[in-house]
Amino acid sequence: MSETQTAPAAPAAPVLDTVEHAASTPDVEQPWAELGLKPDEYANIREIIGRRPTIAELAMYSVMWSEHCSYKSSKIHFKLWGENTTDEMREKLLVGIGENAGVVDIGDGWAVTFKVESHNHPSYIEPYQGAATGVGGIIRDIMSMGARPIAVMDPLRFGNLHHPDTQRVLPGVVAGVGGYGNCIGLPNIGGEVVFDDCYQGNPLVNALCVGAMRVEDIHLAKASGVGNKVILFGARTGGDGIGGVSVLASETFDEGGPTKRPAVQVGDPFAEKVLIECCLDLYAAGVVDGIQDLGGAGLSCATSELASNGDGGMQVELSLVPLRDASLQPQEILMSESQERMMAVVEPKHLEQFMAITDRWDVEATVIGEVTDGEHLVITWHGETIVDVPPRSVAHEGPTYDRPLARPAYLDELNASGTAALAKPQTGDEIRAQLLTLLGSPNLCDKSWITDQYDRYVLGNTALAQPDDSGVVRVDEETGRGVAISTDCNSRFTKLDPYTGAQLALAEAYRNVATSGAAPLAVTDCLNFGSPEDPGVMWQFRESIRGIAEGCKFLGIPVTGGNVSFYNQTGDVAIHPTPVIGVLGGMDDVSKRSGSGFRSDDAHVYLLGTTRDELDGSEWAHVVHKHLGGVPPQVDLTAEQALGRVLVEAARSGIVEAAHDLSEGGLAIALAEACMRHGVGVTVDGLDQLGADADGNPLDVFTTLFSESSARALVAVPAGHAAEFEALLGDVPHARIGVTGGRDLDVVGHFSVSVAELRSAHQFTLPAVFGG
Amino acid sequence: MKVGVVTFPGSLDDRDAARAVRECGGEAVPLWHGDADLKGVDAVILPGGFSYGDYLRCGAIARFAPVMDALVPAAQGGLPVLGICNGFQVLTESHLLPGALIRNDHRKFNCVDQRLVVENASTAWTSDFEAGQEITIVLKNGEGGFVADEKTLDVLEGEGRVVFRYVPDADGRNPNGSYRHIAGITNERGNVVGLMPHPEHAVEAGYGPSLDGRGFFTSIIKQTLESAATA
Repeated sequence: MSETQTAPAAPAAPVLDTVEHAASTPDVEQPWAELGLKPDEYANIREIIGRRPTIAELAMYSVMWSEHCSYKSSKIHFKLWGENTTDEMREKLLVGIGENAGVVDIGDGWAVTFKVESHNHPSYIEPYQGAATGVGGIIRDIMSMGARPIAVMDPLRFGNLHHPDTQRVLPGVVAGVGGYGNCIGLPNIGGEVVFDDCYQGNPLVNALCVGAMRVEDIHLAKASGVGNKVILFGARTGGDGIGGVSVLASETFDEGGPTKRPAVQVGDPFAEKVLIECCLDLYAAGVVDGIQDLGGAGLSCATSELASNGDGGMQVELSLVPLRDASLQPQEILMSESQERMMAVVEPKHLEQFMAITDRWDVEATVIGEVTDGEHLVITWHGETIVDVPPRSVAHEGPTYDRPLARPAYLDELNASGTAALAKPQTGDEIRAQLLTLLGSPNLCDKSWITDQYDRYVLGNTALAQPDDSGVVRVDEETGRGVAISTDCNSRFTKLDPYTGAQLALAEAYRNVATSGAAPLAVTDCLNFGSPEDPGVMWQFRESIRGIAEGCKFLGIPVTGGNVSFYNQTGDVAIHPTPVIGVLGGMDDVSKRSGSGFRSDDAHVYLLGTTRDELDGSEWAHVVHKHLGGVPPQVDLTAEQALGRVLVEAARSGIVEAAHDLSEGGLAIALAEACMRHGVGVTVDGLDQLGADADGNPLDVFTTLFSESSARALVAVPAGHAAEFEALLGDVPHARIGVTGGRDLDVVGHFSVSVAELRSAHQFTLPAVFGG
Repeated sequence: MKVGVVTFPGSLDDRDAARAVRECGGEAVPLWHGDADLKGVDAVILPGGFSYGDYLRCGAIARFAPVMDALVPAAQGGLPVLGICNGFQVLTESHLLPGALIRNDHRKFNCVDQRLVVENASTAWTSDFEAGQEITIVLKNGEGGFVADEKTLDVLEGEGRVVFRYVPDADGRNPNGSYRHIAGITNERGNVVGLMPHPEHAVEAGYGPSLDGRGFFTSIIKQTLESAATA
């Protein structure tokens, strides 16, 4: 500091903005715009509470009415879920949409809860912590249902593999997912890694967690019973993540704006591991009446949601909150998104036992308030009232927008520009060369550089993990009962047609679960879209929800919950609509699951389903021609159901040696992957007669190999079980296309390639970019 | 036959280790980091995980847990102890085994099905194997590089105290940069064994790369039953 500069004056003690003060100073200018509120939203708050809000109240409303927390642009469309959920579907649901996560009955008294959420914007700003806290957040959602978390999955989408910024974002995200998940001790059993230029300035980091519990152990987020204690436990509250929700998740990144790094939270997986074990002990002891995790919007969310869901009010003394930074203002404490915190509602008679359990785990726990009579959430700061609001108005009665929607004008031209005119390989050698090119392309290459950074074995219940079609974990060690989960979305298809694309994502996840041998039971979704203020994006959103909801109704599997992430765009350019669908299936005994790779010689290989001329939006068009246009493959949910039944029954009968879903890259890639998995080759014949175009003319071999028609799977069955398998097939279209064995993928009459060459084309793409 | 499994805050594979003991016919007894009480067990496993988050040097805090006050003298007196991954790190930090485990040479966490050669089949935890036998079990860690000074390494080799070695890849590299491809070692008496890979993830058909991990647990169970019979 220079000599001439005067020392700063000591700041005047700020006047605490109490409710009383607010009532007597109605005309004070308030920073509602900076907190992300619109003029009419601010006016609405003043009307609800009959005066100007205190700064603490303003903080609460601003975070809870943000897009991320309030779903204000999307919830008007959620009625599509309800309209498409039948009573039969509801029967399987123990807890439905609206709670921290949905809960599904998987039989034998076991309940499973699962959910997928986004952490896209934080992961772009600070890849490691953004991804890590994304994993941490979804795990707490699962814990707060009363469940032990049993596995995680991570659907990830990045920009161009060779773009310099991907070098910054991807390694950080992967290290963050692994750093948190490995340290907390949950197996990472799958997910997706997709590269597309549309995600360059807005990568998607979605995180899924699944948990299991006995049906009677389900817990809910509600504060009931006057006099019951409100306890904050876990990590101390610091200044991290303040305004993360309203600032990050609800605004678009514009070039040249201020850096937003301080709004990203910092994760502590060790603290959360201890918190998991502590919570499970608390549940087992029966001392928890209501429970809520602290995530986006921190204490603002936990207090208002618990009180809103309960039957009374709540009183909280904020100065009792243990702090990491003593200088935090009350409104900052309310907004802080410090991680690894939970809030419980506990009957006074259980308080001592509650505290004994948290002590045993060295978890700090503090009574900060209690459930009250009446309908107000009252928060004091050293005894002076700084918040006095109806909790429902904060948590559940935020603004709702019916935003304009319009089919984008570019779609007609895009849909008209199909793949018919693209040059296709003519000879076996050309097909062979393009197969190898595709195998090494970013979306189809070996992902083990990424997935080997995740522990897939911890807890000892993993029966399948990546690169198999779905992750499969045992829930009950006595019987082997367990679940399979897959997440999928091909956003090129959704770009071409969001309704069909969303159904194709649902169909693929459904098929993947069935391919592993599990009966599909329920759905979670993470709806990643651009700005809801763009009518074209809003139309994509509406069409996608409609596609998913109607598809789920047809398949008879309910949506149990999920997440909406808007504002995924850079400037005016939105990402492809990306509704990531997670399907959960149940198995009586996961030891009967089907893996995706050929295991032994002389097994019969069948292609199930109908192959059509469907190359628009395909991986082949994307990789070989950098082309996106036309219309996506047709959806046939009747065929998906029939195929699923066959796959599940065959697995139950124990006659499947391998089963693999056909999706990106079609039959060619499915065959190559099945060969590479365990190094067993296959001889394929008769492809010339297999597919047919719309006029019934046979497809050329190239189209048969690379078409991405849905409702198809590859199944290998030991010769001795072939008759039994064929008897199961019913009216599912099928063809025996080959026999396993040898060390080559041999497409008779066209080309042959050794498994070793397949592998060398497949394995080195990511290490070449990111280092060994 | 009772095998204690210690839970530190941040232990992750403790339930898995207990399951492996049960699968192989033993009784698993949970031991708590805060209690200096081994509850009369015949052997102890320090399981894998991230004790105290491993925010300091791995195992550096767990070493000071009250349970270690009971365990260290017992191990020095001959109690069989197996340290797996984080447990191996705790054993080196406690000086029950020499050397140290550092960050993998490629700087990444690495989870793979790993081939090992059993070099010493006469310790308390490896007597059901044969020397030279190759096994495949899970390796998963970020700090698995075994290092020691040359003299210590020579002593370990000279005394046959290298229990497991990684089978190097085609380029002669092991998965984490461990000196002399060492994956696991034992103390002079052969009762304390530490290794980075995880035998407890290879004991049940369908839930791991092999059943090769069973040998660790059957070794200790047989040996304890035999010594009880001859006592």
